[in-house]
Amino acid sequence: MLTIGLGHYLTVGAILFVLGVLGIFMNRKNVIVILMSVELILLAVNLNFVAFSAQLGDLTGQVFAMFILTVAAAEAAIGLAIVVIYYRTRGTIEVDDVSALKG
Amino acid sequence: MIAGLAFYLFAFILIASAVMVVTSRNPVYSVLYLILAFFNAAALFLIAGAEFLAMILVIVYVGAVAVLFLFVVMMLDVDFVRMREGFQRYLPVGAVIGGILFLELLLVLGAWRFAADVGDLRLSPTPEGVSNTEALGRIIYTDYIYLFQASGLILLVAMIGAIVLTLRDKPTARRQNVAEQMARSAEVVMAQPALGAGIRREEILRRLPPPEKPAPKPGEHGGHH
Repeated sequence: MLTIGLGHYLTVGAILFVLGVLGIFMNRKNVIVILMSVELILLAVNLNFVAFSAQLGDLTGQVFAMFILTVAAAEAAIGLAIVVIYYRTRGTIEVDDVSALKG
Repeated sequence: MIAGLAFYLFAFILIASAVMVVTSRNPVYSVLYLILAFFNAAALFLIAGAEFLAMILVIVYVGAVAVLFLFVVMMLDVDFVRMREGFQRYLPVGAVIGGILFLELLLVLGAWRFAADVGDLRLSPTPEGVSNTEALGRIIYTDYIYLFQASGLILLVAMIGAIVLTLRDKPTARRQNVAEQMARSAEVVMAQPALGAGIRREEILRRLPPPEKPAPKPGEHGGHH
């Protein structure tokens, strides 16, 4: 029970992933919280990569976790920039109001 | 033993703070719980032996991304009470889909086994007697150099994109006129004014800008402030 193996990490990663998905569904109006949920999902993926890397003794998992970290940082920066300019032009960040392309 | 207890503690705090990120009423609290979640995930990385990644997680996520979130949340003047509308309505759908997803992940976890020759399939085995950071550095700068450069390029594009998106053009902003700058000749003409004549006659003295309007005298407003 107290020896930590791959299964423990994968369980924590799965719970974190599901919580991120749940956050996307529950905060349908607030784009910022949706972006935070995406960060949680990416954190869960990173946790899985690191767990497999530690279990197998293969450093490739950690390298890829680092690349995921990079992409997540870039995604957060661009996403928040889009949120800021959307708020400037429309005065709201509700997802339901983003319907200009709906025809 | 200690590592096991620490794992359970950090995993519990991680999951609890992730729940709070999702369900928090105020997005500012969400960001703060997100920071807590990142710290605990870094601790889990440490327990798994990925020290470099743990420190990078703290620096990049807590130091940069979470602070960025905090800036944006506090900068936008959004009615957060209205944002909560529909929270209850979407909860069942999200719970059903999340439950199905979690069940599927558990099924995968239960039925899945390592391949028999998994030890031979490793791309870059962890070297012995080398710290985690040094081992990572050895392969990042050799085997994965193209991916590493590409990730740097991604960050550059993200930086330029964020600047381009949020830059507000002020009409008074001064710009560099590249064509004029390129068409300018490299020669510098030296002028030699006659001795005692001064530079005014040689027409090389730049004209002064027109004088600005005199500042209103204090006391004209009647002293109402």
